[in-house]
Amino acid sequence: MTAACSIAATSSVARAAAALEKGEPIATLIDISRCIGCEACVHGCKEANADKYPRPEKPFPRMYPKGVKAEDWSDKIDVIDRLTPYNWLYIQSATVEIDGEERELTIPRRCMHCTNPPCVKLCPWGSAIQLDNGISRIDPEICLGGAKCQTVCPWLIPQRQTGVGLYLDILPAFAGNGVMYKCDRCYNKIAQGEIPACIEACPENVQTIGPRDEILKQAHDLAAGMNGYIYGEMENGGTNTFYVSPVPFDKLNSAIEKGKGKPHLAAVSDSMQTGERLAMAMLLAPVAGVAGAAARFYRMSKKDDE
Amino acid sequence: MTLSEKIIRYIYMIIFIFLTLTGFAQMPIFKRYHIADIPGLGWLAQFYVTHAMHYIFAALLIGLCCYLSVDHMLDGRKERKLTKTGYAKAVMIAGLILTGALMVVKNFSGTPYPPLMVSLLDLCHLALCLVLLFYSLLTVITRKHWVRYPIREIINRWNMESGKGVN
Repeated sequence: MTAACSIAATSSVARAAAALEKGEPIATLIDISRCIGCEACVHGCKEANADKYPRPEKPFPRMYPKGVKAEDWSDKIDVIDRLTPYNWLYIQSATVEIDGEERELTIPRRCMHCTNPPCVKLCPWGSAIQLDNGISRIDPEICLGGAKCQTVCPWLIPQRQTGVGLYLDILPAFAGNGVMYKCDRCYNKIAQGEIPACIEACPENVQTIGPRDEILKQAHDLAAGMNGYIYGEMENGGTNTFYVSPVPFDKLNSAIEKGKGKPHLAAVSDSMQTGERLAMAMLLAPVAGVAGAAARFYRMSKKDDE
Repeated sequence: MTLSEKIIRYIYMIIFIFLTLTGFAQMPIFKRYHIADIPGLGWLAQFYVTHAMHYIFAALLIGLCCYLSVDHMLDGRKERKLTKTGYAKAVMIAGLILTGALMVVKNFSGTPYPPLMVSLLDLCHLALCLVLLFYSLLTVITRKHWVRYPIREIINRWNMESGKGVN
C-alpha cells in the first residue's frame, strides 16, 4: 500500500512539474468512490500550512457600528468538521443508495480554484491573486477581511479570522475585520516541484494532480468507467477541481450537511458571465455616442443650409 | 441654458450618482453600515447586482462622453469653450474610464493581472472618484461651469449696458 501510494505520489509530482514547465493551469481530480473518510488529507493540510495560520492579537479592537461581529476561531483550531481560517479542507459525508444498497460516501471539500475566480476578480483591494497555474490565493499581508470574496464565492469558501492583518494598521474601528483564509493549493510546495499536502497524505490515491486538459480527460474516462458524474468542470464557468462520483451530484447535495463553512454541491452558473456580456456594451457605447453626435451635426448642418 | 443642455446635465447627474453609489458598493461597506437595511436599498449589498449596474452606467458614461466630445469637435460655430474646471473634470473622467476599462479587462477569464497592478488600479480608480466628487461639490458651491460661451457673454454685456436685458 505504501509503495503504491509513493508511486502514485511520484507520478503526480511529475505531472504537476510538467504542467508548471508548460505554464499550463493545474487541476485536481478527486475520485469520491475511493475516499474512505480517514481525514489523513485534513491533518496533512493542517500540518503543512500551520505556519500560514493566523495568530490574532487580543483583545480585538472595537469595531463600529455596533453589531459588527468579530469572527474568532483561534480557540477552535481543532475544529475539522467545517471550513475555518484554521481548517482549509474537511470531509463531507453523504449517505446515498447505490445499486439498492445504502452507502456512505465521503468527499474532501475545499476551494474549487475556479478558472475565473470571483474572489480574485471582485476583491476591491486586489488582495486575492490568481497564479499562472490557476491556483487562487488570498494574500494575508493585503487582505482587510471585508469578506466580499466569501459573499461572491458560489460556495462561500473563504473564512475570516478577526484580529490579524493590515486593517489593524489603518482604521481598525471603521474598516476591515481581519483576514480571509482558504486553501491555496500548497502553492509554495507546487512552486518547488512538490505536490499539495492533502494528496501526499492520502493513503487511497483519491486525488490526482496534473495539467488541466490531461486531468479533465482522466475525469471523463473515470466517470465513463463507473457510469458516474463530474462536478467542477462547468460549475461557475469551470474550475480546476473535478469531483467524480458514482452518484449524481444533486443526490449528493441533498444528502450532505450544508451551512456556514460547509459548501453545497448544487449546480452553479457562471457568476462572472453577466459582467463579461455587459462589457460588450461598453464597446458599443463609443460607437453610439459618436453616431449620435454625427447625426446631430448632420441635422444642424441641414438646418443651417435651409 | 438650452433644453438640450439641461437634458444632458440631468443625464450626466443620474449617471454620476449611480456610478458613485454602485462604485462604492463594490466595497463591503453598505451592509456593515446598515445602509442596505434602509427599505428599497437592499440591492446596494448585492455585489453582482451593483457590479452589473456599474458596468451599465459606465457604458452610458462612455457613450455620453463620446457624444459630447465629438459634438464639441464638430461644432462649426465654435461658440462654446471648455473652462479650466471643465478640462479638469474631463481629465478626471478620462482617468476613471481608463482605469475602469483596464479593470473590466482584468475581470475577463484568462486575463490575470500582476497583484501590484490590480491594487494600483483599484486605488487610482477610487482616488480619482473621491477627487472628482469633492471637486464637483466645490464647483457646485462656487457655481463654476463646464463650458462658457464667450460671444454670448459679450452680447449680454452689450445688452446690459444698453438696458436691453440678458439672453
